[in-house]
Amino acid sequence: MSSVKIELRKDQVEKIHAFCDQCGNEPGELINILHRTQEEFGYLPAEIQEVIADKLALPVAKVYGVVTFYSFFTMIPKGEFPISICTGTACYVRGAEKVLSEFKKLLDIQVGETSADGKFSLSCLRCVGACGLAPVVLVGDKTYGRIAPDDVKEILEEAGGARTRGQGD
Amino acid sequence: MKQIKLTIDNKTIEVPEGTTVYKTAKEMDIDIPVLCYMDLKDLNIENKPGGCRICSVEIEGRHNLAPSCSTYVSEGMVVRTNSMRVINARRTVMELILSDHPKDCLICPKSGTCDLQNMAIKLGIREIPGQEYAEVSTYRLDTSPSIIRNMDKCIMCRRCETMCNDFQTVGALHAVNRGFQAVVAPAFEMNLEHSPCTYCGQCVAVCPTGALTEVDHTPKVIQALSDPAKTVVVQTAPAVRAALGEEFGLKPGTRVTGKMVTALKNLGFDYVFDTDFAADLTIMEEGTEFLDRLTRHLKGDREVKLPILTSCCPGWVNFFEYHFPELKDIPSTARSPQQMFGSIAKSYFAEKIGVDRKEMVVVSVMPCLAKKYECQRDEFKVDGNPDVDYSISTRELAHLIKQANMDLVDMPDSEFDAPLGESTGAGVIFGATGGVIEAATRTAYEVHTGKELESVDFKQLRGMDGIRSASVDFDGLEIRIGIAHGLGNARKLLEEIKEGNSEYHAIEIMACPGGCIGGGGQPLHHGDSNILKARTKAIYEEDEEKTLRKSHENPYVIKLYEEFLDKPMSEKAHQLLHTHYFGRKKKVFEV
Repeated sequence: MSSVKIELRKDQVEKIHAFCDQCGNEPGELINILHRTQEEFGYLPAEIQEVIADKLALPVAKVYGVVTFYSFFTMIPKGEFPISICTGTACYVRGAEKVLSEFKKLLDIQVGETSADGKFSLSCLRCVGACGLAPVVLVGDKTYGRIAPDDVKEILEEAGGARTRGQGD
Repeated sequence: MKQIKLTIDNKTIEVPEGTTVYKTAKEMDIDIPVLCYMDLKDLNIENKPGGCRICSVEIEGRHNLAPSCSTYVSEGMVVRTNSMRVINARRTVMELILSDHPKDCLICPKSGTCDLQNMAIKLGIREIPGQEYAEVSTYRLDTSPSIIRNMDKCIMCRRCETMCNDFQTVGALHAVNRGFQAVVAPAFEMNLEHSPCTYCGQCVAVCPTGALTEVDHTPKVIQALSDPAKTVVVQTAPAVRAALGEEFGLKPGTRVTGKMVTALKNLGFDYVFDTDFAADLTIMEEGTEFLDRLTRHLKGDREVKLPILTSCCPGWVNFFEYHFPELKDIPSTARSPQQMFGSIAKSYFAEKIGVDRKEMVVVSVMPCLAKKYECQRDEFKVDGNPDVDYSISTRELAHLIKQANMDLVDMPDSEFDAPLGESTGAGVIFGATGGVIEAATRTAYEVHTGKELESVDFKQLRGMDGIRSASVDFDGLEIRIGIAHGLGNARKLLEEIKEGNSEYHAIEIMACPGGCIGGGGQPLHHGDSNILKARTKAIYEEDEEKTLRKSHENPYVIKLYEEFLDKPMSEKAHQLLHTHYFGRKKKVFEV
């Protein structure tokens, strides 16, 4: 898994330490601590995993093992506009897969990745309870319904005015 | 403890509550096949993730088959280990494991000693249905100075993870990712070289497939041997002679010292020497350093650091450099026997025979994989020329001998060459846990008290317990000695030192179970700890047969000091036989 290199500030390290302290520095609380840290920082870069491993006296390899096992955890920061495509049953049968391919193509990234300019990240989710609007796409907290591949370019432009590969073609 | 009565394959047995079905069957001589399971009883190491499902059995009244390695017995249980349902399921499990496993057995370094291959043979697998649909792993090959990781061959048994984390507490390897992407890897999937790996090789020693193997130096050795311009010198570590025979079908614990020397001479080495000589030399230096620190300590010098820690084991040196850098001035500065040998061979001996050090190739045969890394360290080079050029494992030596159409079993005995082939019993016992400190005690006692020992056997220092402590009476002065083998055990003693609670004057530490006899470069023990015990016994037998059993009585060591080094800890000895250590821990973003 690729990661973004960062340098943690002292107050950020202290915040992570506080999460660990609140959990009694118990190795068994690792998943809880990772959850809270990701909530705070948005993602779990290598440097953060090292701080947690040191504090709990665990091998970093083990922390990394847990981070890579659970798909909820990510080592890549979410984009300014996180895009989630519903691939639940209803959306899937109504062409979510094709919409997803279009996003991948225009942003030139895979699911779980973030565009180079940090604007967009791509993920899949299962059912937002709006099956009547299938296929559904979420951008940040905005919901788009009945999306066709042709609408994708417009959604991206509306959200961020970002330069996509499609532009200028 | 409560006894449980159960039936396995129509036979009834009673075992204590808490026994697994697998162990119960084993007691009844029913050999349920296992792959991920590993039990090293004497060392309290057990790996039973229940992941591979090869050991599945049928239990009456249960819907699904159960993994016998991690299923506990219960009253009245009826187990079938060989019903057609079990045999069928076991084959299917094996076919699935093989479906994404590379099929390059012909050129795999583990071929012939591979547990997976043996299982395929045992189960008579002839085809793998559906393999055309299997996703095949193409993970990058990771080559370090000692160990090669080929994760395409990993079956996720996680034995290596158990050794690295539970036994060694090194924490270099862990299962990462999931599904087909799952592998065992260092943090952030960096290369082993950038991880806390100590190269102890215990992961290699237990890996059932070709996923973890040693870096093979035999081609380079063959190249050196076939170059007429080179003078090729070989040294053999004490633990090698107690295990090499196993590779040729001899019973574990058969000593093959003389046969090994003949084989090495037949291979064309110009001089066949013994690392045991350098072990004796180590005792002279380390023993003197210990007595020096002890004397200063007794005189009230608060600057002096005690306990002194042995420094022969390169896995252990790597461990404290990474995990305890703040203690790096506590271990003895004496180089390991391998490096002392190389240093003396390429100075004293090269001068003696009139060969330039660049024209001399020093090969070491070691029970160890960390030695491959050690001989490449910059401190052990002169103008870029290493004191020890290549280090090969016991297994690699066996390959070399077999390639040369020799069978060790039929070899006559020969003696090591002089002068660097002469050794005492003290040098021999370096190969077993407790041996280095016993050898040091034999010399330190006589030097310190000026009296001759009545018995050189310090049996209180021997044994297989992970941590041992003993007292030796130095003529009224009680010397307290600690011994640990396995880095997890070493960690406990180091934590005591860090907290200032250590009661010891001297501590011996060996990274591998049982000491060097259980090293990562030894013939594979396949989880049988009786093999380690047999090798230990062989080491002490060899010691007993020696006329000279104290390092300071080695005539060639005495001569070496007279002719070349002056005295232990002299300036020249410091330059050639001692070293210094580094803190190695780096943050991930620095590598």
